[in-house]
This record gives sequence, structure tokens and C-alpha cells, in this order.
Amino acid sequence: MPAVIYADESLIKSMDDKVREQICNVAMLPGIVEAAYAMPDAHWGYGFPIGGVAAFNAEDGGIISAGGVGFDISCGVRCLHTGLTKDDIEPFKKRLVDQLYRDIPAGLGSTGRIHLTHSGMNAMLKGGARWAVEQGFGDEIDLERIEEQGCMKGAEPKYVSEQAKKRQLNEMGTLGSGNHYLEVQHVSAIYDDLAAERFGLKQGDVVVSIHCGSRGLGHQIGTEFLKEMAIAAPRFGIDLPDRELACAPIKSDLGQAYLGAMRAGVNCALANRQIITDLTRQAFAHVLPNADLRLLYDVSHNTCKIEQHEVNGVKRQLYVHRKGATRAYGPGHPDIPAVFRDVGQPVIIGGSMGTSSYILAGTKESELRAFSSACHGAGRAMSRNQAKKRWHGRELIKQLEEQQGILIRSQSMRGVAEEAPGSYKDVSAVVDSADQSGLAKKVARLEPLVCIKG
Amino acid sequence: MNKKAGWQHFQHIADIGIKGFGSSVEMAFTQAAMAMTAVITEPELVDNNICIDIVCDSTDLEYLFVDWLNALVYEMATRHMLFSQFDIQIRDGHLKAKVCGERIDREKHQPAVEIKGATLTELRVQKDKEGDWLAQCVIDV
Repeated sequence: MPAVIYADESLIKSMDDKVREQICNVAMLPGIVEAAYAMPDAHWGYGFPIGGVAAFNAEDGGIISAGGVGFDISCGVRCLHTGLTKDDIEPFKKRLVDQLYRDIPAGLGSTGRIHLTHSGMNAMLKGGARWAVEQGFGDEIDLERIEEQGCMKGAEPKYVSEQAKKRQLNEMGTLGSGNHYLEVQHVSAIYDDLAAERFGLKQGDVVVSIHCGSRGLGHQIGTEFLKEMAIAAPRFGIDLPDRELACAPIKSDLGQAYLGAMRAGVNCALANRQIITDLTRQAFAHVLPNADLRLLYDVSHNTCKIEQHEVNGVKRQLYVHRKGATRAYGPGHPDIPAVFRDVGQPVIIGGSMGTSSYILAGTKESELRAFSSACHGAGRAMSRNQAKKRWHGRELIKQLEEQQGILIRSQSMRGVAEEAPGSYKDVSAVVDSADQSGLAKKVARLEPLVCIKG
Repeated sequence: MNKKAGWQHFQHIADIGIKGFGSSVEMAFTQAAMAMTAVITEPELVDNNICIDIVCDSTDLEYLFVDWLNALVYEMATRHMLFSQFDIQIRDGHLKAKVCGERIDREKHQPAVEIKGATLTELRVQKDKEGDWLAQCVIDV
């Protein structure tokens, strides 16, 4: 099948050669449908490029790939309204960032306040954000604004190893590290009035974006199944051009076990973001009691989901892998909450401390382009080592505060340097490419006010 | 860097590659483990006051290397530790190690990033013509 890259000339020129190699490899996997797609933010990943999308048909020998989902299963972004404006926040910014930094566990070595029992763990893995709401973290109404209504069906905790569960025991409600963050942002531009109105966004509004995933549990599931699938591939007659493309037929026992475990990982991520939402609400209540943190939407960008897509005029049930790519259902799709249904699914594109984030909306065209998928972030332009040599964390924090008024808190100055905004691609160019190619349309731009860096 | 025994990081756009060199496969594995600690913090900041045992089995040396690194990732995650001393023995696909380190101190270690797992990307365990060993892969952070 063909491999297709969506990006403008400058992004394509700056893409590493590995993206082309990897997306071509994906296009050769058994049972692939139509084509393998790379999003405008694509970069070198593990087997699949990050920013890779591919759909497989189980009836045609199609596969499921642990590398096509990634280590951080269901990593994603959720965006919350605050009911406040930039002017409301400005005088309280410092108190707010300090309160958030105290209340949201972030960075290596941090632990959550929830310690799960064995049965609690299994209930969480089955229930996702719905479980978290039942435990008192947030409200029932939140669930309407989460993909899968907050609970991925078909999760099978029995396929999640004891090691994976042990890694998660004390990690519920933690941000993690690396590119994960919690940002308070303001809406700095509106591009589509109708969609912005449906999403409840106005110029000057303040929102909170939370970027994190399934923590240690997801990482362990990815680690274990990647190796198991790589070793088993010859047994299934699958000739892998790259071991990291490790996969198994959807209809095999191993494929089904991974699906059950991966879906449990999705629920872990959804529960994790729900708990962090509750912590965020409490932190805001301390500093800005008038704040009303309602969920705009929660999107995952490392997943494999069963979806209906039209292929050559026929509706097919496909296993759509999105590795560093966001689902972008267009207007009218039944899985979009009714309140947005006429404008398309909110697509949340994360920035990187000093840079913009964007809210986009899925389009009808997106269905034809890449199984209703869009980009997920800026994508790195520079390695961590290069970034560490070029920037110093403390200076960067000072500079962002003095020049852009952005307050940053992080346990690690080295971590801040490695995540410097300049080490990422230009998120605006990535979003423009997604908009112009019809993957999703721009709705609003967000600028950071405060950032808790994991 | 002394190629006989040492470690390096190599470029990966999103993550980081780690390499260990040595005159034996055990030495290469040891140095790669040190390279992994160096992704998180400066290894010289990590004391060796707690020791644990690690065991892995694989007939394929490359998978054994990934298993070794992932065993360390698991122990770091569940014990909230960093490691800076590694004593490894490998016989017939069986790896037995005593690894020492200390609990993470966020002030002292300034941990830059959490390691999600060792990947199969750029995975290589090989001996060169001079008999020196190399062990490398990309780790997801």
C-alpha cells in the first residue's frame, strides 16, 4: 500500500529520513487498508513514526502492533474551561502556579496520594475515568466530554502483568515527566467562530491543558508485548522489516491479549487524567474560588481503536492505530458529544512551555485523508542532548517569565532545558499544515500563562 | 571516551540512544546501564548504599540486553531508586547481577526525565574484530 505524508514543503524537508523509511515499512504490514499516513508533526519513532496512522482489517489477516500504539498507551491531552479570563488570573498567577506545583505530583520519583489494592487496580483498569468519578474524582458530567465516554470497553486486566500493575500502585494521579505538563493558558485567537462557540471558547478565556498518559502501567505493557510480538512474528509468518514493528494478527491469541491489555492501559490513562483534573480543581479552589473547571474535551493520541470507516464505498470495521496522532471525527459523527456534533470533534494540539497550543476541529475531509486523524503536537526538532547543551533550565525559566510572562515550575532544571520550546518544531506551521491539508480545521490558539513541567 | 570501557549517548530525535563498550559483554552491559542512569542524572551523584539482585534469561544476547535494561527500569520505578554500580555475570543466556544505588532524592539528583522502557530500536550487541563488545539501543523517555 502507499505511504502518504501530510506536511508543507518546509516541514517535509526538515523531517528526518527515518520518517520516510518507517512509514514505508508500516505500509507493508499485513492487512493494511488504503495507505500508511504520517501527520505533519511526524518524527522518528519505534517501528511506526511518531505521527503515524494506519488501519488494519482483521478479516484480511490484519495485525495489531504494540509499536503502533507506543509505550505511553493513551497518552493524551485534556482541556478544561475555567470560567475565568486572563485579567482574572493575572494578579493570582504566582499563587496559582505554586499551588498547582504543590498539589499535582510531577516528575520522576513523585507518587500520587491514591494507593490501589489489587481489586481496586482491576476495577480501575476496567472502568477508566468512570471508575475515577465513582471514587469521587470529578463529576458524571465529565464523562460525556471524554473519548469513549471515559471508559474503553473490552479492557482485560487479566492480560496486564503483575509487574505492570505493581509499577502503577502509587502512580495514579501523577503527571510523569519528559514532555508531560499541566498548563494554564489563555485563548489568544479564534479562527472559527461557530466551532469556538460550540466548544465554549472566547478570546481571553483561560483554560487548563493536561498532557499525560498511562504512566508506569502503560510503559510496562508496551515493553512486555513489544518483545513478545517481536519474538512471535516469525511464528505468524510475519517478516518484519524492523523488529520494532512487532505485531501479531488481530485474530491471534497474542493479538487479543494485547488488545485487552492495551485497552486496560487506555483506561489507566483516562483515570489518571480524571484524578489530575480533580487535583487541579482543588488547587484552583484554593486560589480562585470563583473558578469553574468544566471539561472541554479529552483526546488520546497513542491508541488502537476499532472504528467504522468507508473504504471504496463500503463501511468496514478497522483497527486504527494512531501513534502520536489524534482522532479527528468530522461533523455528524455519532461518537462526538451532541454539543459539538455539528462542528466536529475537538482536536487538542499541545505546545511546549513557551509556545502556542491549538484547538482544532475534525472535518468531513479528514475521513477521506487519514481515517479521521490529525497531528498531536509540535514534534521534536532537536534531540534532548542537543537541547541540554544549548539551554540552561534556570535561565530559560527566567527568560520566559521576563519576556513572555510565563511562570514555570519544575523539579528538574535539566529537564526544563531538554524540553526548551526551541527544541520543538514550529507548532503553528504543523497546525497550518493540518488545516490546509484538511486533516482538521483551526478553531483557537492558546498561549501559556503558567506551566507545571513533569 | 575510552572505547575499551565506557559509555556514550547517541542521537535520537525524540528520545535518547545509549551505548556501552567493554572488553567483555558484561562490561558493555554495565557501561550501557551507566549510560541509562546518565540519561536521568549525573551518575557520580548516585551513592551505592542499597543493593538488589536482578536475574534475566534469554538465549538471544540482544533480547537479554533489552531485558536487562528493562529490569533496571522496573526496579527504578517500583523502588524509586537510581543505580550507579553494576556487577553482572552472564552464562548461557542467564544474566545475574547485583546492582547498587540509592533512593531518588529530587533535590540532590535533579532527575531530568523518567525512562519508560528500553526499545528494540538501534538494538545491537556485537563484538568487533579486536574482541571489544558494544551494547546499544534507544530508550523511550
